[in-house]
Amino acid sequence: MNTIHKIIGTWALPLLVVSGVLLAGCQNGQQIGSSDDAASKVYVAPGEHDEFYGFFSGGYNGQLGIYGLPSGRHLFTVPVFSQAPVNGYGYSEETKAMLNTSHGFVPWGDAHHPELSQTNGETDGRWIFINENNTPRVARIGLDDFKTQEIIEIPNSAGNHASPFVTPNTEYISAATRFSIPMDDKDMQNMDVPIDSYKENFRGTLSFIKVSDKGKMNIDFQILMPGFDYDLSHAGKGPSDGWSFFTSYNSEEANTLLEINASKNDKDFIAAVNWKKAAEYVKQGKGTMMPGEHVRNYIDHEEGGIAKSETIEEVRVLDPRKLDGLVYFLPTPKSPHGVDVDPSGKYIVAGGKLSTVIPVHSFAKMKKAIENEEFEGEVMGVPVLNYDSILYGEVENPGLGPLHTEFDGKGNAYTTAFISSEIVKWDIEKTEVVDRINTYYSPGHLMIPGGDSQKPDGKYLVALNKITKDRYLPTGPEMFHSAQLIDISGEKMKLLLDFPTEGEPHYAQGIAAEKVIENQKRFYKLEDNGHPDAITSEKQARVERDGNEVHIYMTAIRSHFTPDNIEGVKVGDEVYFHITNLEQDWDVPHGFAIKGANNAELLIMPGETLSFKWEPQKEGVFPFYCTDFCSALHQEMQGYVRVSPKGSDVEIAYGTGQ
Amino acid sequence: MASVLFVGCGGSGNGDQASDQSSQENENGLSSFEQKNGIGPVTEKLDLGEIDKELAKKGQNMFETKCSACHKMDERYVGPQLRNTTEERTPEYVMNMILNPAEMVKKHPEAKKKLAEFMTPMPNQNLSQEEARSIVEFLRYMNKNQDVDEI
Repeated sequence: MNTIHKIIGTWALPLLVVSGVLLAGCQNGQQIGSSDDAASKVYVAPGEHDEFYGFFSGGYNGQLGIYGLPSGRHLFTVPVFSQAPVNGYGYSEETKAMLNTSHGFVPWGDAHHPELSQTNGETDGRWIFINENNTPRVARIGLDDFKTQEIIEIPNSAGNHASPFVTPNTEYISAATRFSIPMDDKDMQNMDVPIDSYKENFRGTLSFIKVSDKGKMNIDFQILMPGFDYDLSHAGKGPSDGWSFFTSYNSEEANTLLEINASKNDKDFIAAVNWKKAAEYVKQGKGTMMPGEHVRNYIDHEEGGIAKSETIEEVRVLDPRKLDGLVYFLPTPKSPHGVDVDPSGKYIVAGGKLSTVIPVHSFAKMKKAIENEEFEGEVMGVPVLNYDSILYGEVENPGLGPLHTEFDGKGNAYTTAFISSEIVKWDIEKTEVVDRINTYYSPGHLMIPGGDSQKPDGKYLVALNKITKDRYLPTGPEMFHSAQLIDISGEKMKLLLDFPTEGEPHYAQGIAAEKVIENQKRFYKLEDNGHPDAITSEKQARVERDGNEVHIYMTAIRSHFTPDNIEGVKVGDEVYFHITNLEQDWDVPHGFAIKGANNAELLIMPGETLSFKWEPQKEGVFPFYCTDFCSALHQEMQGYVRVSPKGSDVEIAYGTGQ
Repeated sequence: MASVLFVGCGGSGNGDQASDQSSQENENGLSSFEQKNGIGPVTEKLDLGEIDKELAKKGQNMFETKCSACHKMDERYVGPQLRNTTEERTPEYVMNMILNPAEMVKKHPEAKKKLAEFMTPMPNQNLSQEEARSIVEFLRYMNKNQDVDEI
């Protein structure tokens, strides 16, 4: 009894203190909870569907989480940059290559910003892109089968944070270095130099990835930049289409204790890149082909569904010191984080983490200042525009630590304030705060479906909070991040729902469900299965030995494997199970696992073929079975492999039902 | 209750079945057409004619990929043996069973019986109506040629 009391006591005390402080900060006590009719607004009846898909980055889990909105229900997780034992992604022979890089196989990634493809400035439901921050990469996920279809590495980069933001017709997606690294002017290679030679040797790059009609990505060009930290980005739209904007901090070019040393300047910069001009330069063959080894991995279910990797050795680099009109710096207070372009394309909003105002730059004024050469300096060939010449206005009293802004398409902007833990709604034209709401606690990004496009669906807003603390039942020191759904359909924002999210969703994107539903694949057609090791009937099932490799061509259907009795495997063999799921119906995957395998399971979708590598270490008989409950006789879906000693004369034999 | 269900089912068989159907509905709520020919997209009697060997061959290929993992001709396997199916069932019933298995095992008394016997519900292999028709032809051929295992 005593112990229980003690435990409750230690938990309860800090909770009371926390809520007390927060209550004091609220306008009224009710905001701690949600509004009265909230339950009906987020209730999606059994069998009904959500109105929006929400795509939430998994942060340090490296994956992409899919949530329904407004219910906040977790619908699915798409494995992207991390191996996923849940279905064998990154473990199966078919998908391993998706995680290849110029550093070899990298089993984990840090996924930050999902970004939906767009057509005419509107989300179109074809693909979603997402960046990997640690080993710079960008992935493309097909929204027809919710699978990662392509991953491209970004060369000459580190900390791929300002990524991947699309242009209005998905012509390009951008990617920039958060961490500058030493780069030789001659060959761009990372150098073995003293770290305190930062100012002399370190550089950044802004990369533009071209996306083909079918989605194929290739790095069209990189722009060499001063050694700042490039943080976030958004493309222009409407009148500003053809430009992209990148925030930077650490214009001090510090290489140690950045929290102090990179916070000294009153203003850092937004880099405004004229990507249409850059694309013209590229067409004219300008710039220099530089070493830039990077790996591109892709998988196509119409071509057998086996991931392939290719290494690309070079990349075209544009140098603003040599090519005019490519990049301009917009001075922006103070260590800006997010940069967001409103739906009209007229305004560029920066979230200066340490700033007391939200600066709003005018694109028209920026163009004029460029024409009139209203420059206040130059850094590494990049003209710095005069702050007063480009500023449209400053939003006063925007909360402490403004980070990110999205838009409702009705003339309002919504900005997260991390330190004061609130979302501030402000009128774009008037640059005036009109409403504010507390969040629990400390929002990073926020998301309105279509909220960074030209056509936002201004009904809901999701705050992606960085701190969870007491919002849910405690789960020890580590807990899921907290997202909060806020109704923005009226004049006042209303808190509707808390829901936990997996990993650390940095950013999210949302899209009306009907744009995605119509293209859904429900199974892969067997007749289109182009996998070289696929078999499309039990007649073709067989076991073949090739030296010490044993290939088992197997089928799975409710509720048996063929063959399910296999003999003649020996210790020291490399055994490959090539399993085709013969089902042709929605939601009938079969799983596969075998005792003691140093591998994850396979989860094989209907009509798909996947391969499992097993190196038996011991003699004996090893059971395998279906891991995904598939029918009333699922428990019977099992088989045996007999493993004999190395050098024994047990012949290959196999069968089912004999 | 039964008559309400009957109206809702909308089984619109015509030809030789039409008079049967309008005069009868049974306790399952199925029309007599459905009772004989199953529930699904095939709602009219088919005119089969002579066995079309080319079509039967197509059906054989389809059968091998989509069906043979569970059905054999002459032995009970995961599902029933099929050598004499076309004698026991109408072609329309066979097609509806292929095309609409989930509803069949829920509502049709014969299909329900089979499910109780075999326990594994027949999966929907998403065949087109033409593909299901070719399998009927294959089964007719196999029924007529009792000794052969393939065409």
